[in-house]
Parts: sequence; structure tokens; C-alpha cells
Amino acid sequence: MNKMLTPHSEAELAECIAAAHAPLHIIGGGTRGCAVAGDALTTQGLSGVELYEPGSLTLVAKTGTPLAEIETLLASEGQRMAFEPMDMRGLLGCSGAPTIGGAFAVNSSGPRRIQGGAARDYLLGVRFVDGSGQVIKNGGRVMKNVTGYDLVKLMAGAHGTLGVLSEVSLKVLPIPEASATVSLAVANLAVAVQAMSAALGSPFDVTGAAYDPAVGLVHIRLEGFAPSVAYRQEKLTADLARFGTAETRHSSEALWQDIGFVAAFAGRVGDVWRISVKPSDAPRLAPLLGAEALQFDWGGGLIWALTPEGADLRTCMAQAGVMGHATLVRGSGETLATLGRFQPQVRPLEEISKGLRQRFDPRGLLNPGLMDTASMTPGVMG
Amino acid sequence: MEMPPPDPAILARKAHLVARLAAVLPGDALIQDPRETRAYECDGLAAYRCPPLLAVLPRSTQEVSDILRICHEEGVPVVPRGAGTSLAGGALPTADSVILGVARMNGVLETDYEDRVIRVQSGRTNLSVSGAVEEEDFFYAPDPSSQLACAIAGNIAMNSGGAHCLKYGVTTNNLLGVTMVMMDGTVVEIGGAHLDAEGLDLLGVICGSEGQLGVVTEATLRILRKPEGARPVLIGFDSNEVAGTCVSDIIKAGVLPVAIEFMDRPCIEACEAFAKAGYPMCEALLIIEVEGSEAEIAHQLRLIVEIAQRHNPVELREACDADEAARIWLGRKSAFGAMGQINDYMCLDGTIPVGSLPLVLRRIGELSQEYGLAVANVFHAGDGNMHPLILFDANKPGDLELCEEFGAEVLKLCVDVGGCLTGEHGVGIEKRDLMLYQYTPRDLEAQLMVKDVFDPKWLLNPAKVFPLSISEDRRRAALAAE
Repeated sequence: MNKMLTPHSEAELAECIAAAHAPLHIIGGGTRGCAVAGDALTTQGLSGVELYEPGSLTLVAKTGTPLAEIETLLASEGQRMAFEPMDMRGLLGCSGAPTIGGAFAVNSSGPRRIQGGAARDYLLGVRFVDGSGQVIKNGGRVMKNVTGYDLVKLMAGAHGTLGVLSEVSLKVLPIPEASATVSLAVANLAVAVQAMSAALGSPFDVTGAAYDPAVGLVHIRLEGFAPSVAYRQEKLTADLARFGTAETRHSSEALWQDIGFVAAFAGRVGDVWRISVKPSDAPRLAPLLGAEALQFDWGGGLIWALTPEGADLRTCMAQAGVMGHATLVRGSGETLATLGRFQPQVRPLEEISKGLRQRFDPRGLLNPGLMDTASMTPGVMG
Repeated sequence: MEMPPPDPAILARKAHLVARLAAVLPGDALIQDPRETRAYECDGLAAYRCPPLLAVLPRSTQEVSDILRICHEEGVPVVPRGAGTSLAGGALPTADSVILGVARMNGVLETDYEDRVIRVQSGRTNLSVSGAVEEEDFFYAPDPSSQLACAIAGNIAMNSGGAHCLKYGVTTNNLLGVTMVMMDGTVVEIGGAHLDAEGLDLLGVICGSEGQLGVVTEATLRILRKPEGARPVLIGFDSNEVAGTCVSDIIKAGVLPVAIEFMDRPCIEACEAFAKAGYPMCEALLIIEVEGSEAEIAHQLRLIVEIAQRHNPVELREACDADEAARIWLGRKSAFGAMGQINDYMCLDGTIPVGSLPLVLRRIGELSQEYGLAVANVFHAGDGNMHPLILFDANKPGDLELCEEFGAEVLKLCVDVGGCLTGEHGVGIEKRDLMLYQYTPRDLEAQLMVKDVFDPKWLLNPAKVFPLSISEDRRRAALAAE
């Protein structure tokens, strides 16, 4: 019977890891589908915002703090997490409360990635416990910091395999006064990518560019002060007229949430892949994927594909000669075991990654096998 | 600043090393004459100098790979060098090291407007990256003050920022991929034109690693379309505290200017004497720039002016045309030159939480009195990245040491209020010994482990970033293994 470890302080977390002898399955809110075999170690007991300075645009929180709690606090000061962390509960069909630590551990970034950056770009500092039970800090709570190596970035997206985050400090941003979405009816994917490229290459500061092939609509999001949004919406609509007819909606929060959370795939049977490519490669690659449904974000650079179980999209990419990578976000235990969750890396990079894991987690206790593409251990749906 | 003594065994093998490198490099890429290697004896931190054993100036990734493989086999330390503009001694050689300069690798490899990326060789200067995409009205966002001279290679090594990174981020936020040569000569590709690289964020840890993990030879950078226009406003206050509060209020109000620059009285006076930009004589001056269309600019400036007026500014000057905008920026842009004309100076780079500005400025003023050295403050206020310039006289015995001691006090103060030692210049040798003030030995051990993985023999820029006492065992072990 597997145990559940719930440390209530960073010191207890360090004790838990130092005393562990068997693999640990690190859980934030348990909503990211990254379960591995082993005793569960949850950050639920490490909860609470420790510092919030709206005038400095910074917030420091323990990693088990629910995202919802942070969002509510920020909204009370008219601010937000601009990286739009993805809520995967619908897509993965699981329950639980997503945490701030989990969002950063998987570098969860939404549609605003194209303009404002990924989750990792907002992470200013971390405290974590490595696989030897040592408490380590890196970065801080200031916007600019080049003091020593940037382990903050390394920890963002490491899926807990280099250490368990205990505290994060992040940059937050004001919620803009207004937003609008220009929706453009286009003929096909190629035109959609051209339209999104034109929008993203315009001076109009686009903060979202997605395409839903099911309805043939390109969505372009604008945010800012009301007069500015109105001006840019008008200019952009005129600029994009050559690609299709446009309509503007002024309340589009739900639309972008659905895009970011890939709501269209929720409850549908099949594997879910997340593919990162150069936007202009999307039209060439997409028809080869054999997908039952597709969704395009990041101007075409982020492809979500719903495929029949067991399809290997990485082979499709290689055959098409498309650079990038594909992550199997949702799949049966068997498919995950066969294909691996993450794209295998070329040998020298794989050796660097392995070397880092060996040093930060010499006993191989932290989410073992989760990111290790060479020797995948079967994952289980969480 | 102490540097490790050169290894006599390496010095004795110079002819052998020259012969091996000459076999893989064209004649003009290898510099061994002591009269010529002197050109590489220092970078922008000119107080410290030491000619290298050799300098090599490769033209391709393959040549870089050959050089590193040979130096790796021979156990010779390599100090990578971009344009040599580091203010922290990042490119300072030791007598037993090879300087690997990438300045000749300055080409544009691919420009892709549809995907909004450019791929360049790393020796290309920062400003000429923007220059390469200017005709399509695009630009590369990070804009360090030295952008006319500094190379992308050095920008990546130090994770450089600039005045406009409040809105656009620093190098790490604009770097999508690199071709990098490892110390053993292995060439790796990380990331590319897609927005996120797979696996661990190696790109993130390479950016800002001060040339200690590998030599970047090519980079894929995000390019952005230029805004329709930009305009600054100049606001003068009769106290630093009030100016600091005004910055905080603007940010809280939801306005995010592209730049908020701050100058204090000593800096205003020096700039005015030098550049005659017509600045008001007051205690503190803010230059705030916003972007967009004419109407958008006017709207944002109106909000900023409204906030500023609540703080009783002594001067408020909006630029009405390009000429007035240039005049507002003129003084700020010549700040470093202006200070250099008055005296020798040391430029600090600590970053603090924006809310601590008044406290830190007051304390710097007190320290200035205690040390008897004048200080002028000019910095990026929106993100708390301070640049106190401490004036000293290099010809006066003991003055440099006094200045360094004062500088260290200021940087410790930055850490004490929740900030850090360096916001955009890097640690180099300059702040190496202060690392233990910000980090515990265990925190630093985690960073050393990263270098162990990338460069197990500790040959790449080995005497930088970490206090020598902390890196000593590893550097020794590498030597003993030879």
C-alpha cells in the first residue's frame, strides 16, 4: 500500500525527502496527469500567499497554494497571472484544485505565450528541496536578476524531477481595462496561419491568435485601455479583410479560456497530443496527423491533436521533416509506456538532462521516469 | 580581485598548443604574439588586465568545435569573448587561458517574418540584429546601453537587459534557440523557431551562465514589429521618495510604459553640463516612455500625467515631436559618458523591489558621505534595476579599493531589502566574492553541479561567477586529472 506524505513546512518537506527510500510521486493539486508509481508526496500542506506587493508587481506563495486563491487575491487589486495557467481538469477528466507549484512545475502557459511569454518567464524565484533533501534557493523577487545561474528556469517545466518546489515568487500584471476579439471566417488552415502571422506581425500588440478548424474561425485577441483596443480592433479588421470576413466580440474571456484549456477535446475519446512547431509548418504537418480533431494556438505554433489511441505523431513529424516536439498529454497507460510522454531528445541533450537529474536527485526518487525518455516507466492517468 | 595563478605546465606547452590549433585554423584566426594578445587583456572592467596565452578568432561552428576539442584534450582553460564590453570582467583572461572571440562570426543566417524569428551568428552586434530587420519595421527588443558594440554571444552569456525590458523582457525572454559547442567539441542544438524547447529548460540555464557551460555560436531570436510610435514624458520632483512613490502608483494604476528611467540630482547636473539637454535642476527626474498610435500615446501620457500631478512635480514636459523626444532622451543616453568626463567611475547593477527605492537611495547617500566618494544614480526604475555610479580617482592610491568597498556595501544593501547583486551586467569577477552574501554555500553548490554536468573538467571561464574558494576544489581536481 502506497503512503501519502503531507509535509506542513519546508523543513518537513526536506525531512520527508531525506528519509525516503522509495520513489516519490510528487503531487500539487493532482490535476496534471503526471502520476508515477510510488509513495505520494503532496504539497497541499504548504499553502498560503506570503507576500504580495501590487506596486512592485510581485507575489510570493508557498507552492501548494491553490491557483484559485491567488487569482482571487490578485483580482482584488486589479491584477492577474498573465501567463494564463492551463486548467487541465476538463481535458484529463480529473478533479482536484490546481496549485501554483504545479503550474510552474509543468511550465503551464496559455494563449498569451506569443506576446507576454510562458509561465517560466514570470517565475522570479524559487525555493525547492532536491532529491538529497537539501533546501536550495535561486533567483529572488525582483524583475531583473542575473546573479549566478538561472535555476529558476531549469525548475520551471522540470515536472518535479530535479526537486520539489516549496516556494515561488512571480511577476504579476495589471488586468487590462478592456479586451476584444476579432473573429475571422477563413477558408482553410493555410489562410488561417497567414492571417495570424499578419496579425502577430502587425504593430497592434496581439495577445492571442488561435484557429478553430471545426468552425473555420481565426480568433485574434487585443487587450489594453478601451480607446486603444477600439483603435487597434478597427485597424486590424481592415488589415485582415483580405483573409476573410471579420466580426468583433467584446466579451471573450470564456472563448479564450476554452482555447487555453482545450475544452473542445474534453470528454472525447482518444489520445491528446500537444505539438510545438514553427507556425508556418503547421499547414504542412496538420493533414498528416490523422487527427479526429485539431486546435491551433500561438499563431499556429501550438497544435492540439485528438487522435485514435496509439497513433505515433512523432513519426509523422519526422517524416514530414518538421522541427519541434510532441507531448502525449493524455493516453492510456499502454500508449504512454510505448510512446513515452515526452519527445525523446538527441543524445548529447539527453545526456545533459540525465546528468542534471543524477546530480539533483542522485537516488532517483523524484517522479522517477516521468521525463526520462530513454527508459520510460509506465505512467498512470492521474 | 584575485585570479588563480597560471599553470606553469600549460605555459610551457604553448608551442605545442599553437601547433595543434594552427593545424585546424586559418593563419589569421590564431593570435600568439604577445604584442597582439594584449588587445584581449581586459574587457569593459578595465581595472583588471592580464594578456591571455593565445587568442583565437574562429569563423564557423566547426572551427569553434575544433578549438574546444583541442583545448579540452590539452586541459587548457578557455575564456569566451563576445565584443569585450562586459562591465563585470566576464571576458577577463588568465595567463594560461585561450581567449575564444566570436566577433568574426557576425552573419545573419535566416530572417523569417512569417514566424517572427531571426537566426544570427553569435558575434553579431545587438543593434545590427535590429538593423537587419529594420526595413520591414521589425526590431530585436533587448537593448543594453552598449548595444552598438556588444555581441549577442555576450548578451546570452549575461542575459542582458536594457531600458525597454520593462515591457519586452530581457534576453532570456527573447531567445528561442541556440547552436552551442560544448567544451569537448560536441555541437548541440537547443530549441529553434518554435516557442518552447522540449525537455528540461536548458536554454533557460544557458542564458546567463557567463560562458561557463558552452560557447554559443548561433542564436534564434524573437523579432517584433515596431510600434507605430513612441513618446517620452519628463517629470521632475523635489525628492527621490516622491519620485519613487510616483513610479509605484503608475504601475499600480495598470499603465505599463516601455521604459521608466530615474536620475537623481548629481546625475542630472552631470548630464546637463555634458549634454545640455535642458533638464530642470531638481532632486529626481523620471523619463517615462509609452508606445502605440498617436491616440494611444496621448491617452497613456494623460493617465501618467494625472498620477504625477498628485505628487506635485516641479517640472512636467511632454514631447510634442520627435525633436523634443530626442532632447528628453539626450541627457539620459549620455549619462555614462557625462560621468566618465568628470571622473573614473564604477557602475553598480543591483536590483531591488521597486517599493524599496526611497530607502535604498537614502542609504546610498549616507554611505557616500561616510566613504567621501560622490555617487550619481541613474537606473531603470520600473523594474528596480539600479545603476549607482560611484566616482573615484584611479590615479589616487587606495581610491579604487575604497570605491570597491563602498560598492560592495551598496550591493549588500540591495540584497538586504530583498533584491540581488546584479540585474543585467552579470557576476564575472566583480561580484564573485559577494555571492555568499546572497546565497548559502548549498545554494551555490546546486549551481556548481550544473557546471559539473556541462563542463566536467571546469575549463570554460573557470574563475568567474563563484568565489574562488568555492570553486577551488573542482578547478584543482580538473588540473590534477591532467
